[in-house]
Amino acid sequence: MTAVGAIGSDYAALPGVADRAKELRQGARVFLFILFAITTLAAVGNLLFEPDSVFHVSTYTITLLGKYLCYGLLALAVDVVWGYCGILSLGHGAFFALGGYAMGMYLMRQIGDRGVYGNPELPDFMVFLDWEELPWYWLGFDQFWLALIMVALVPGLLAFGFGYLAFRSRVVGVYLSIMTQALTFALMLAFFLNELGFGGNNGLTDFKEILGYDLQKDSTRVALLMLSALALGAGYTVSLWIMQSKLGRIIRAVRDDETRTRFIGFRTEHYKIWLFVYSAVLAGIAGALYVPQVGIINPGEFSPLNSIEAVVWVAVGGRGTLYGAVLGAVLVNYAKTRFTAVWPEAWLFALGALFVGVTVFLPDGIVGWVKARWLQVKGQAS
Amino acid sequence: MNKLPIHYFLSLVIAVFGVVYSQQSAAESSTPNPSVTLAELSEPLVGANLRKMPALVERLELEAGTTALPVLEALLAGELYYQRSDKRLVRAVSQTEGGFQISDVFSTDALGSVAKKQIRKVKLNNALRVQLRAAIGRLTLLSDDPKLRLTAIENMLKKPDQANLELLQQARAQETDSDIVDLLNEALALNLLIAATDRQPRLQALRELEGSLQPAVRNALQALVALDADAQPLEQDIVVFTSASRLLDKIDGKLGFYAFLETLFFGLSLGSVLLLIATGLAITFGVMGVINMAHGELIMLGAYTTYVVQLLMPNHIEYSLLVAVPAAFLVSGLVGILIERSVIRFLHGRPLETLLATFGVSLILQQAVRSIFSPLNRQVATPEWMSGSLEINSIFSLTYNRLYVFLFALLVFVLLQLILKRTTLGLNVRAVSQNRSMAKAMGVKTDWVDAMTFGLGSGVAGLAGVALSQLTNVGPNLGQAYIIDSFMVVVFGGVGNLWGTLVAGLSLGVFTKFLEPATGAVMAKILVLVFIVLFIQKRPRGLFPQQGRAAE
Repeated sequence: MTAVGAIGSDYAALPGVADRAKELRQGARVFLFILFAITTLAAVGNLLFEPDSVFHVSTYTITLLGKYLCYGLLALAVDVVWGYCGILSLGHGAFFALGGYAMGMYLMRQIGDRGVYGNPELPDFMVFLDWEELPWYWLGFDQFWLALIMVALVPGLLAFGFGYLAFRSRVVGVYLSIMTQALTFALMLAFFLNELGFGGNNGLTDFKEILGYDLQKDSTRVALLMLSALALGAGYTVSLWIMQSKLGRIIRAVRDDETRTRFIGFRTEHYKIWLFVYSAVLAGIAGALYVPQVGIINPGEFSPLNSIEAVVWVAVGGRGTLYGAVLGAVLVNYAKTRFTAVWPEAWLFALGALFVGVTVFLPDGIVGWVKARWLQVKGQAS
Repeated sequence: MNKLPIHYFLSLVIAVFGVVYSQQSAAESSTPNPSVTLAELSEPLVGANLRKMPALVERLELEAGTTALPVLEALLAGELYYQRSDKRLVRAVSQTEGGFQISDVFSTDALGSVAKKQIRKVKLNNALRVQLRAAIGRLTLLSDDPKLRLTAIENMLKKPDQANLELLQQARAQETDSDIVDLLNEALALNLLIAATDRQPRLQALRELEGSLQPAVRNALQALVALDADAQPLEQDIVVFTSASRLLDKIDGKLGFYAFLETLFFGLSLGSVLLLIATGLAITFGVMGVINMAHGELIMLGAYTTYVVQLLMPNHIEYSLLVAVPAAFLVSGLVGILIERSVIRFLHGRPLETLLATFGVSLILQQAVRSIFSPLNRQVATPEWMSGSLEINSIFSLTYNRLYVFLFALLVFVLLQLILKRTTLGLNVRAVSQNRSMAKAMGVKTDWVDAMTFGLGSGVAGLAGVALSQLTNVGPNLGQAYIIDSFMVVVFGGVGNLWGTLVAGLSLGVFTKFLEPATGAVMAKILVLVFIVLFIQKRPRGLFPQQGRAAE
């Protein structure tokens, strides 16, 4: 009977719950402070200091940081469903890429007649394919607001359709993971097709400006970095709020024992569907911020490896803790950047070893390990 | 050849004459006079006037025999030229952008392009063309090489020509090879059908053509049943018209039937590949419940083992596959056992973690192969006995490699069923998969059984690799391309059910191939994936769900 009581309104009165909530709020403050401190410092370093100054931060670093933050948001999205609800999605890269494509379509329309063929309406690849006019699904993408809506709507709708079918027929565990992988694989094959009208193999690239600001300019790059940090901070805050609410407690109950939660009287599939949609939208936003910073989006983003890499970031950082997911994404990608520069062949070895090592030796990731050590030290001290 | 008496008599006369004549020419064509080379024989063609040409062509035919064919054919095609500078004979083809592309007429080596002024055409007129056609026909149709004869008849079938009639009859009379006789009869009947104007011989020809699948026959029939603007038959003789259209319907029905058979064969071939790559997974995933994302890389290892075996025995490619099959089974099986002992057993009962860890293993294996061999595709040779195709008739043939892979897949499947159902290991595997603790209580060494089962499944993946090496490129990405497919097959068929895997693999293969003509290859694959995803929503346990207590 305690289970029923625990989910009721007097949950907060239970011993230890208030302390835990306070602890989480403190953690969130620390996380947000670090996030904005780093991005602000980087921005100042890039814009105010001359290139020969010690404090100068190169534009390359700014873009790299922005990229990491987008990956962080993607990791956050994966963690929300995997760490808190036990849904291992191997297809979150698909939502990320769809968000990216929506933004890419807007950026493509912004090129206007500055393309190689100088066609004011059609992107270069359509002129190349001898297309007469824009396909219907490209209409309106010259409007920024429509692109923004699509960034959230397309991944959200896909996640809803998929989740509606999958969770209602109680496809769980490994089956679900493989289905999500098949989903992103199918999308990858589809986007490789030229006839689909998304640039085929080459994807969308050669972007010039966003909302009239030149994408190559330092100030635009810094603004995009700040926007990424804002999005990540907002995503983090909202996710934390969800997880602390009653909704979040039910979601965790689904993770720990779905059958029991259902028997208590919750329609678990509804919670799962909406959480999945929320997570997909987060991933889509991450993709939309990612594309203007790296300057290209192609079907490779749909590849199953990308999605599964995102899962590993979460596993490395520590699933079930939001900051752990972000930390994992940044650390693994930093390692990837360094590794592929110094010794490219070794990267896949390292990544593979990371997969194995983390799952076998660090089931709770770096955060979990540090926490356990901390408790151990505290226990010895007292 | 029950033709009209006069015709029969005529052909007999020609045949007798033909035998005498052709024996003479065959003897010559098989032993060209070695003291005079082809180059010397063709030299007088340079600048020869038209009156001298017939004698030169005849001499070429008689003395050079079949070796003269390239020269004669070039001459007939009007492409025989000589260079003004050195009087060298060349074959020249005019280019759209002006000038001529020339090549050596004897060796067919390309010699680049020249301007029109630099070369001169060897003279040719209609009488000479007739002579040339006859000469080429004699050289090929009556040659000793059955292949040459066959292609000659096929060429004549493509362009029915009354001038060839005598030659065909002559060839028919002396032909001994029954396949070629059939083809000759078809060619003769087709010529008769086109040339004759009376009802009787035409109906006779139509009867003879029954069962023929030659495109030329179909074209001739289509011309016969053509309608004019008022939808009235152009053909005056209504009896001929009806029997021709009946025959055409029959041929079209047959063509459709063989096209269906061909698609079915391609489908079953793809299905057998799917079956092979999925059976190993059906054991590790279906029976043991372990998600092995490195399954594709174990397949890849099998393919690379084939490559290495062929490197080790370059002079015995014929037997390399026989060595590669057990070798690949051992290599992949041992690697599988290693993975099980070093990673998977620590993650027992945590399927999602197993999935991630084995994915890591797959990355390591991929990169290892890339570092050891190279990121490029490797060439695996196909033994003689697996190349070529089994020709059922002129439009339908089964390629041997696909045929063998199909049989191999079935063989592996049967062997696995036997191992699981008839051996102690199989008994233990089934016991552990149904109730681990009970099996343990009964004294089954579950650790050992786990390792063996995983080794068995991985070994079968290696076997799939050997088969795939004969069908596709062998490269580090080989495994990735198949891992999703194999999971789909197992999930579609129903986990823990080998028969389900068989049905799922074959039906998905056939389904894909029948979809392909309508949608294109990539779209068909996407549609199949979407279909499976939707199917799993409806029946989460696949086509053949496990039933009873074992299902829990």
